Amino acid sequence: MLEIKNLHVELEEGDKQILKGVDLTVEAGKVHAIMGPNGSGKSTLSYVLSGRDGYTVTDGSATLEGEDLLEMEPEERAAAGLFLAFQYPVEIPGVGNMTFLRTAVNAQRKARGEEELSAAEFLKVVREKAKTLKIDAEMLKRPVNVGFSGGEKKRNEILQMAMLEPKMCILDETDSGLDVDAMKLVADGVNALRSEGRGFLVITHYQRLLDHIKPDVVHIMANGRIIKTGGPELALEVENNGYADILAEVQ
Amino acid sequence: MAAPQAKADTLGPRLAALSAAPTKGWTATARADALARLTAMGLPGRRDEYWRYTRPDSLNAPAAEKSAIFKNEESPLFDAVDRLKIVFVDGVFSEAESDPLDVAGIKIERLAVAQGADIHWAQSLYGALEAAGQKPVLRPFAALNTAMATDGVLIHATGKAHRPVSLIYRHESETSDAVLHHVVKLDAGAELTVLENGPAAARFNKVMEVDVAEGARFHHIRAQGRDHERRAVTHIFARVAAEATFKSFTLTVNGRLTRNECVIDMVGDDAVAHVAGACMGDGDFHHDDTVFVTHGALNGESRQVFKKVLRNGATGVFQGKILVQPGAQKTDGYQISQSLLLDDDSQFLAKPELEIYADDVACSHGSTSGAIDETALYYLRSRGVPKKDAVDLLVMSFMAEALDEVEDESLREEIAERLRGWLVRRC
Ligand SMILES: Nc1ncnc2c1ncn2[C@@H]1O[C@H](COP(=O)(O)OP(=O)(O)O)[C@@H](O)[C@H]1O
Ligand SMILES: [Mg+2]
Repeated sequence: MLEIKNLHVELEEGDKQILKGVDLTVEAGKVHAIMGPNGSGKSTLSYVLSGRDGYTVTDGSATLEGEDLLEMEPEERAAAGLFLAFQYPVEIPGVGNMTFLRTAVNAQRKARGEEELSAAEFLKVVREKAKTLKIDAEMLKRPVNVGFSGGEKKRNEILQMAMLEPKMCILDETDSGLDVDAMKLVADGVNALRSEGRGFLVITHYQRLLDHIKPDVVHIMANGRIIKTGGPELALEVENNGYADILAEVQ
Repeated sequence: MAAPQAKADTLGPRLAALSAAPTKGWTATARADALARLTAMGLPGRRDEYWRYTRPDSLNAPAAEKSAIFKNEESPLFDAVDRLKIVFVDGVFSEAESDPLDVAGIKIERLAVAQGADIHWAQSLYGALEAAGQKPVLRPFAALNTAMATDGVLIHATGKAHRPVSLIYRHESETSDAVLHHVVKLDAGAELTVLENGPAAARFNKVMEVDVAEGARFHHIRAQGRDHERRAVTHIFARVAAEATFKSFTLTVNGRLTRNECVIDMVGDDAVAHVAGACMGDGDFHHDDTVFVTHGALNGESRQVFKKVLRNGATGVFQGKILVQPGAQKTDGYQISQSLLLDDDSQFLAKPELEIYADDVACSHGSTSGAIDETALYYLRSRGVPKKDAVDLLVMSFMAEALDEVEDESLREEIAERLRGWLVRRC
């Protein structure tokens, strides 16, 4: 599904190197987790994959189902099936959440040559999905993420993911700032989307989330590289001993 | 004090090019007084404080510069609204296209017809609110308008008007120079909506004086027409009595030069006055909102909300003032002017002012100028929204606060639709 090879990334300004050769393959139907200390480059990886400005790829490649992601505009990547749940969801005053969702859904359908959803059809689907995430009508009407609590913002990201039905979902610290109940909601939302054709890359700091979203593979990222890969037990090891042992081990 | 010689020199030819004003009837005195005012102040020059950002040359010139007639494929604005239509073509009343001047709750007459009489209800207002609005800032084109207006409408609302009055300004002659003067009077408790739309003329000078009595509600919604080359200088002078509401919204797209002045005097307690504008400009486009709100009584609420989207070298100007008089306690004054610059060639010049002589007031003002929010743009695109559509969505979101000032939901949606149409066409 997602194949990242030897990815090297610098900041466009100041040519600071952040990713120093990332290799990672996420297969369809699998959940991969990335853990790692702050500043190791996890968010940068997610931004580069989704096409944010400000980064220069100096080496390596990233493909989605064989298509070169790095050559595409952000909207083309989305239409190709990539989705990033942001660590810091963006507030857009003046654009209603509902308008935003509908514009996004229909833009993607159009890009794929599918028919746009009618207002009624759309409303029906969105209400249903919003309900399972405990997002009420009021939240759907409000401007995108404006005045939302941390938890509401994260649930709103999952709602977008559920509406857009991407093939490859990247979740960047979707658990941060969530209490236990909210985390459960979010995890249920993600689990509901797990399917054979869909890959997940779950970036997180804590084992907590991985209790709810069971990963198939766990990677440890440090200083711009994947330094260790293992099974779910690797997350537990981090939880119990921190990163120090693993870092020492590779050095 | 007489105007400097250079200014006096431009005024003579400017006046001579207009048709002569009537010297008889109830407007004669007001016209003569206005002419005296104008002669004393002269036409504006670039040294004048409130003309620093806007060149008055094309408004001072004796003749209107040629303005090509613009083929507008859009359906007529406000078409779905049940309204009383009054049509002016290049400033000349068109009886054939207008409805009979007859609506329950209001009385409407044409200035050109009514001014022949010796006495009239509008006599206490015509030129009077304009004259009062000449202090402390001079507004020469308003004085010129009072002196020289060829026509206009006099609207007297005694109760709740059953339909809005819709003034439609068509533009057919490439060199037309129109001068219209309207007077609107709302009796206590009356309600009236006035709609205005259309490019009007190659050059348009319009004044509207509005007197809103106790508890009355006046709404004004205007769209200034898509003609690329038209020029306009307009003034609204409003007097708002106790517990009365005055709300004015203007949409401007295109036009080479637009100067909209709005002077509001809140004379009664608990008065409400909102003035808002949304403008989109491309290329050879200069748009100026000059606003002056005076709080002269207790517990007044005023809002000024102006949004400008500019590109390809367009210029936006905002000069807005809130003046709180001694004793006007509990004033709630708000002013915001913002521009969204879609490229580096465009510019926004703002002069927000607060002058407060009361101690128990809440006044705020803010002015910003910025580009499209790159993070929001990326967020939208990451959800699959193409760049152009994402920019349009952000432009509309930028406009939202101004559009929200249109109270009527269907009118607001119609205005929003015009903006979206402009974005799709890009002109
Ligand atoms: N736009 C940027 N400007 C400056 N430094 C940045 C920028 N983006 C990332 N970095 C730096 O790159 C490193 C990796 O950051 P990030 O990808 O956010 O890490 P993580 O998500 O793993 O905490 C950090 O040292 C961070 O300060
Ligand atoms: Mg991060």
